[in-house]
Amino acid sequence: MSNSVEMPIAKAINAGIQKAMQNNNKVLVFGEDVAELGGVFRVTEGLLAEFGNKRVFNSPIAESGIVGTAIGLAMRGYRSVAEIQFEGFVYPAFNQIVSQLAKLTNRSEGHLSMPVVVRIPYGGGIGAVEHHSESPEAYFSHTPGLRVISPSNSNDAYWMIQQAIESNDPVIFFEPKRRYWHKGMVNLDAPPSGMHDAKVIREGTQVTLVSYGPMIPTALQAAEVAAAEGTSIEVIDLRSMSPIDFGTIINSVKKTGRLVVASEASTSFSVSAEIAAKVAELAFYHLEAPVIRVGSFDVPYPPAKLEELFLPDADRILEAVDRSLNY
Amino acid sequence: MTPQGGRVPQVQMLSPDGIFEVPAEYAEYGKYIERLNLDDFLKFYRDMARIRRFDNECTALQRQGQMGLWVPAIGQEAAQIGSGYGVGPNDHMFPSYREHGVAITHGIDLMSIIKIMRGVNHGGWNPEETRFHLYAIVLATQVLHATGYAMGVNFDGLVGTGNPDVDQAVITYFGDGATAEGDVSEALLFAATTKAPLVFFCQNNQWAISSPVSAQTVVPLYLRGTGFGVPGIQVDGNDVLACYAVTAKHMDDARNGLGPSLIEALTYRVGAHTTSDDPTKYRPAEELEYWKARDPLTRFEKFLRRQGVGDDFFEEVAIAGDQLAEQIRAETFAMPNPPLENIFRHVYSDPHPLIAEQQAWLEGYEASFDEGEAK
Repeated sequence: MSNSVEMPIAKAINAGIQKAMQNNNKVLVFGEDVAELGGVFRVTEGLLAEFGNKRVFNSPIAESGIVGTAIGLAMRGYRSVAEIQFEGFVYPAFNQIVSQLAKLTNRSEGHLSMPVVVRIPYGGGIGAVEHHSESPEAYFSHTPGLRVISPSNSNDAYWMIQQAIESNDPVIFFEPKRRYWHKGMVNLDAPPSGMHDAKVIREGTQVTLVSYGPMIPTALQAAEVAAAEGTSIEVIDLRSMSPIDFGTIINSVKKTGRLVVASEASTSFSVSAEIAAKVAELAFYHLEAPVIRVGSFDVPYPPAKLEELFLPDADRILEAVDRSLNY
Repeated sequence: MTPQGGRVPQVQMLSPDGIFEVPAEYAEYGKYIERLNLDDFLKFYRDMARIRRFDNECTALQRQGQMGLWVPAIGQEAAQIGSGYGVGPNDHMFPSYREHGVAITHGIDLMSIIKIMRGVNHGGWNPEETRFHLYAIVLATQVLHATGYAMGVNFDGLVGTGNPDVDQAVITYFGDGATAEGDVSEALLFAATTKAPLVFFCQNNQWAISSPVSAQTVVPLYLRGTGFGVPGIQVDGNDVLACYAVTAKHMDDARNGLGPSLIEALTYRVGAHTTSDDPTKYRPAEELEYWKARDPLTRFEKFLRRQGVGDDFFEEVAIAGDQLAEQIRAETFAMPNPPLENIFRHVYSDPHPLIAEQQAWLEGYEASFDEGEAK
């Protein structure tokens, strides 16, 4: 039997970082409040005690400084796991991420690699004030030189953070903050697959539903409801927004002939939009209906009392599934 | 000038007439000149003259269409050659994009700089091997990289060991314009709180394209770090000996574990911001004439002549300059365009499916034209 333990996603990320730090003493953890407090979500809890303040330390509250110094540390041979406290606070670091972190390997003609992980809790549904609920993954997915991934469950969280730390390229690691406390089994012996592999997490025959990160439980709920009504949905957990594993998606679409893509992000110019475009290009003759995107609206994230209307839920996914089936 | 209109204290060792004198209050810097000999002085002059000749040749090459852009550093030779030689053999340098002088003090091939401006690559030398890191075009970004690098030197335990053969420090170059960027402030803070072995070297050439330094700061720039806990000093940026001594001293301090400091080298951008710029539109001619009269090479030549260096040496330097110009012209004209695959190389360190797919597509597309011609 494999060596499995149950833990919530936040704890699984914590355990994955801990393992990476034990395996490689060049791995550092820093960011705002990550040391004694263990981060505002406690994802780095206990790491200071185990690894000391030279490997786990609080930075000044300066996001450009966090990423900029992580770049310098990478040049020096360190592998930083830098925490951005909430996705809405990443923008002061945007310049360092897109103009430096993403480009230095290319600029140096391969003399430099940039093994930096930028951890970003993202997504809404937690009743927060402004700037604490957004889904900015498309900005980073659009930037050559970055890798962008997001786990949806504990096992992926444990392994994908380790794979991100092992990557010689910069990885933007989006953490589904409203699912931090969802428990799941973690197989401590072997990773489920590579960090850029999409996975079929529920088999079905009539419609393919692709989603990622915090929307995965919603997608599975939709599939469950649909099954009760006699509709078979195949659910794919994308896991990686850049690069996208189109092979897994196309294989599924060839089987079902229909595709719905669901995420929390504003729909226009989104990761979902890229999937829709590429599938239309690669699997046009297999499609029985246009690819339908289910996302949030192209408006600023609303105040918390309106977020239920803003975020797609299982019903909105099922409405799209119906439209696809009835096309 | 200070905000109160007073004179800013400044380290100067060479008068405009080339008379060497170290004021008593700067004796700690003067010691660094005592370890130099005439050969070192001649080397300083040769490199200042070499980089100026290179600079003029590059402007000419740009005008002839051989480069998309040239970024002249004329007037800043003393600040760059002096500070460059003040950097130790284990130290790392993080330049902006105008540090051609610093580059040659650490063996960077001048053609590497031409390649960037010609559009052959974006950098490409090995920063770990040369210790001279890549040019940074987005202002002040490199200042944070230098800070992170210096934090790493601290983590490696290579600061203040008492063994000068292993201790390391880091220096980062930026201009007066870049000080307005938040990254400089964040870097000062990170460096101060981590006691990083880092010297902030600000070449205040007084113009950020068309904006005078008065638009970037009210307080003199050497004071910029004080609120962060980074002490600063101003040096005469047109005095190669003062620039050497101040840099060497502050790098020693950083290596010995005294933490970061800031040097403001007050100099002047005699040329344009770049070859795309026209400073006559915004800069008074008399200001330019004032600074041309304080030329760093002229001043150092006067000093050398006072040391008994004669015409022979200066003629030899002029001939070497002509030979350099001829050589870089020839190498620039002969420089091949990069191959197609360079678009896709090194985007990532690890394999990436999308890049491989797009490269294969472009190669196939290009090859389809060749096939067409063959038929």
